[in-house]
Amino acid sequence: MNHWLTIIGMAVLTFLIRASFLVFGQGLTFPPLVKRALRYVPVAVLPALVVPMALAPQGEIWLAPSNPYLIGTLVAGAVAFFSRNTLAAIVVGFIAYGAVKWLL
Amino acid sequence: MAASSPFLAGARDSVPMLVGAAPFGVIFGTLALGSGLSSAQTLAMSLIVFAGSSQFVAATLFAGGAALPVIWLTTFVVNLRHALYSATLLPYARDWPLGWRAMLSFWLTDETFAVVEHRLREGLLEGGRAYWLGSSLAMYSNWLLWTVVGVVIGEAVPGLAGWGLDFAMVATFVAIVAPALKHRPSLAAACTAGTVALVARHLPYKLDLMAAAAAGVVAGLLAERLSGRQEEVAA
Repeated sequence: MNHWLTIIGMAVLTFLIRASFLVFGQGLTFPPLVKRALRYVPVAVLPALVVPMALAPQGEIWLAPSNPYLIGTLVAGAVAFFSRNTLAAIVVGFIAYGAVKWLL
Repeated sequence: MAASSPFLAGARDSVPMLVGAAPFGVIFGTLALGSGLSSAQTLAMSLIVFAGSSQFVAATLFAGGAALPVIWLTTFVVNLRHALYSATLLPYARDWPLGWRAMLSFWLTDETFAVVEHRLREGLLEGGRAYWLGSSLAMYSNWLLWTVVGVVIGEAVPGLAGWGLDFAMVATFVAIVAPALKHRPSLAAACTAGTVALVARHLPYKLDLMAAAAAGVVAGLLAERLSGRQEEVAA
C-alpha cells in the first residue's frame, strides 16, 4: 500500500470536512439525525479499536488475569471513568500493564 | 487588564490545550514509527493532516495492514465532527475573505474550536480572526514540536514497540472514551461497537472497524430513543 497516497488523501479529506461550511457551505445544512449520530462516532470507534486489542491481543481471545493488555485497559478505564484525568489514566494503566507483563 | 493583541490572547487561551496535547504528540510520533511509517511520513501527517485522533487511528490501521479505502473512510468518519464546528463558526466568519476562511479551516481542531467558539459567543467579535489565528498557530506549532520529539525518541530507541508502546495507544483511547460512558446511550454504543469488533476481528482490510462503528452509532441512537420514551412514560 502507498503510505504517501494514504496520508495525502487523509489531508485532503480532513481539510474538505473542516472547510465544508466555512468555505463552501453557505447553503449546506445538517439533518438533525446526522447531528445526533455524529455524537456517537467517538464512543463507537474508540471501543471498536480497544476491545479486540485488549481481549485478543494476539488474535485469539485471551481472557485471563495474565493478559497485560486486558488488565491495563481495565485499570486505565477505571481511573479515567472516576477521575476524568486522561493523563493519570494512561500512566496508571501503563504501570498496571507493565506490572502484569514484566513482573508476574 | 492591559489590552493585549487578539492574536496573543488566542495563543494564551490555548495554553492548557497545548499542555494536554503534548504527550499525545510524543506518543503519536513514537508510535507511528513503530507502525511502519517513515519519519518523513510521520511528520507529514502532523504537518498536513493535523488531526490528532484520526492520526492515532490511522497509525493503528497502518500497523494492522488496513487497505487504503478503509483508512480514508475511517478518517472521514472520525473527522466528520469538524463539519459541525465549521457550521457553528460560519455565522461569525461569513464576511471574512476566502483566504482567511480557508486557512482557518485547515487549522480547525477540537481545541481551537472550543477556545474560539467561547470567545465569539461571549460577543468579543473584535479581532476574532486574529484570535483564531493565534490559537491555531499555537496548537499547530505545539503539535509539530511534540511529534518531532516523539520521532526522535522513536529513532533513538529502536524496538520501542516491544516495550509496550502498542499498549500506549490502547490506554490513550480508553482514557479518552471512559468518562463519556456515564451517559447510557454512549455506553450502549461503546458496548455494541466493542462486541461487534471483537466478533468480526478476522474480517479482511480492517472492515470490522467500519462494521463496529456503524453498529455502535445505531445502538447509541436507538438507546437514546428508548430512554427518551421511558422518560416520557415516567412523566
